[in-house]
Amino acid sequence: MRAIITILVIAALASVPLWLRDPYLLNALITTGIFVIGAMSLNLLLGFTGQLSLGHIAFFGIGAYVSALTSLGFDIGLPGGLRLVHTPWPPIIGFVLAILIAGLCGYFVGLLSFRVRGAYFVIVTISFAEVVRLVALNWVELTQGPLALTNIPSIALPLPGFGELTLRTKMQNYYLVLVVALTAYFLIARLVHSHFGRSMRGLMENETLAVSVGIDVTRTLTVAAVISAAIAGAAGSLYAHYIRIIDPEVFAFINTVTMVIMVISGGKGSLAGPVVGGLIFGLLPVALRPVMAPEAQWIAYGGVLIAILFVLPRGIVPSLAQRLTRRRSATTALAPVALTETGAKEPA
Amino acid sequence: MTARSIAMTIDQVAVRFGGLVAISDMSFTVGDGEIVSLIGPNGAGKTTAFNVMTGFLTPSAGHVTYQGTTLTGLKPHEIADLGLIRTFQRTSVFPNDTVYDNLLIGLHRQGRVRLLDAILGLPGARASERRLRQRAGELLEWVGLERRAHDAAGSLSYGEQRLVGVALALAAEPSMLLLDEPVSGMNASETHRFVELIRSIRDRGITILLVEHDMPMVMTVSDRIVVLNYGRIIAEGTPDVIRNHPAVIEAYLGHGAGRA
Repeated sequence: MRAIITILVIAALASVPLWLRDPYLLNALITTGIFVIGAMSLNLLLGFTGQLSLGHIAFFGIGAYVSALTSLGFDIGLPGGLRLVHTPWPPIIGFVLAILIAGLCGYFVGLLSFRVRGAYFVIVTISFAEVVRLVALNWVELTQGPLALTNIPSIALPLPGFGELTLRTKMQNYYLVLVVALTAYFLIARLVHSHFGRSMRGLMENETLAVSVGIDVTRTLTVAAVISAAIAGAAGSLYAHYIRIIDPEVFAFINTVTMVIMVISGGKGSLAGPVVGGLIFGLLPVALRPVMAPEAQWIAYGGVLIAILFVLPRGIVPSLAQRLTRRRSATTALAPVALTETGAKEPA
Repeated sequence: MTARSIAMTIDQVAVRFGGLVAISDMSFTVGDGEIVSLIGPNGAGKTTAFNVMTGFLTPSAGHVTYQGTTLTGLKPHEIADLGLIRTFQRTSVFPNDTVYDNLLIGLHRQGRVRLLDAILGLPGARASERRLRQRAGELLEWVGLERRAHDAAGSLSYGEQRLVGVALALAAEPSMLLLDEPVSGMNASETHRFVELIRSIRDRGITILLVEHDMPMVMTVSDRIVVLNYGRIIAEGTPDVIRNHPAVIEAYLGHGAGRA
């Protein structure tokens, strides 16, 4: 049943560019997809370890800049009159480096901030994002500062024997984003259903007890932070090569807030939550464009968020799932539940 | 007490919180496979002693040794890795997970597989998952909670939650188990069943250190009893010795001792 739904959803998503010819809508779907990946990575921390990272966009932006600079090349002066010159590499290498370097930054932020929890962790992550934004703004020699990095090449997939395929059209980019999003989704699904995912849940629910059965807090939270940051970095790289221009505004706080709203409205701690929330808040601007000025739209987002949380307080996916199981268990209350039923539950 | 090998040594341990002395100069040993109880009035320092033994608290002086390893400076999860597992008075379960999932979390030490193997779903990781699920089922049966397997642990009665707490601790495969007031909140028949459970745990070769207020239960189950008052050990011996010890009667048990 679950597998059938999964296949149907994937098929539906894959069919979109075949019938949707409007480039404006397709563009909205691609950028929404990129933000959905970011929201999924945020959900790994917020929903499954309970740590709120309000600087999550930093990893996204680092991924974008690393990928852009790798494929554009740079020439910067170092102390002592030395120069560091990097000639352009293929964007696909930029994509890989974006994942690695964003993950590395996640490691350091994780190490630093999991010594402090709760409000302190939130502040550390906000500060981190702000510091990275200021670096991007002021290290003009490397990043062009507010003048932005322009002419970022599109991603080209190396095809052995055929040369390479440069992804220029919207349709190609849609499929690229879809493939990365699905990979991220199933990676996170495997992770949270594994042994490691149970450690994360244990820590979130009752840290003292989790530690007493041998769960290593620092390791568990750091690994979660690294994977979360790496996925955000991948999303950032996709963004850079699709939009093909990035400036320090990518680190704006509002972008983190957007991701948090996607996760909270869809349902933190559920796999599909950030996808549902991301699609709603990613496509709402498109739906509202004919009827509202962009400034007024922010008011509408607030209204929609409040409405969702008023009706479905735990977020769309968990609240609906709860209602569904309640209805089902009301009809089959007397049927005995075999142990193997959860035992055989497949991840994803 | 015949010549057992010593599992745990508490050597001149003292704990001070600012000017408050919670434990002063506490020394005793627990033998392999023994059931030892730590008793004393409220505030005598029993839970503090547990926190020192399991690394949640660093002693101001002295040290604890378990199977030859000094525990000072080890983190709680590292001490758990030595096979020294505790239960808690209050926070004994993961409330939002089912009882079954609680045990799977408790089986952490048995289920370590490489993260990449788990993500890729390699055969080794899958086999490990199957083993864990089977083991969780066995543990549920052992503590008698099969029927509550799919209920959220937080929705169980207080007594049942204590059982989940013990099952969780057992899931971590302890060589020594520290039980912090396990029968508080249980009725007489639940307590009786729990005594049987403690014995069956010991019969599997697990050493047990018990903190408990229920005197009849302590007298029935213990091989040896250590009595604390105001952070100091005032008596130590078999239940019979403790029952008739003048210092204990005066400090703690009062006239009720004879009833047990």
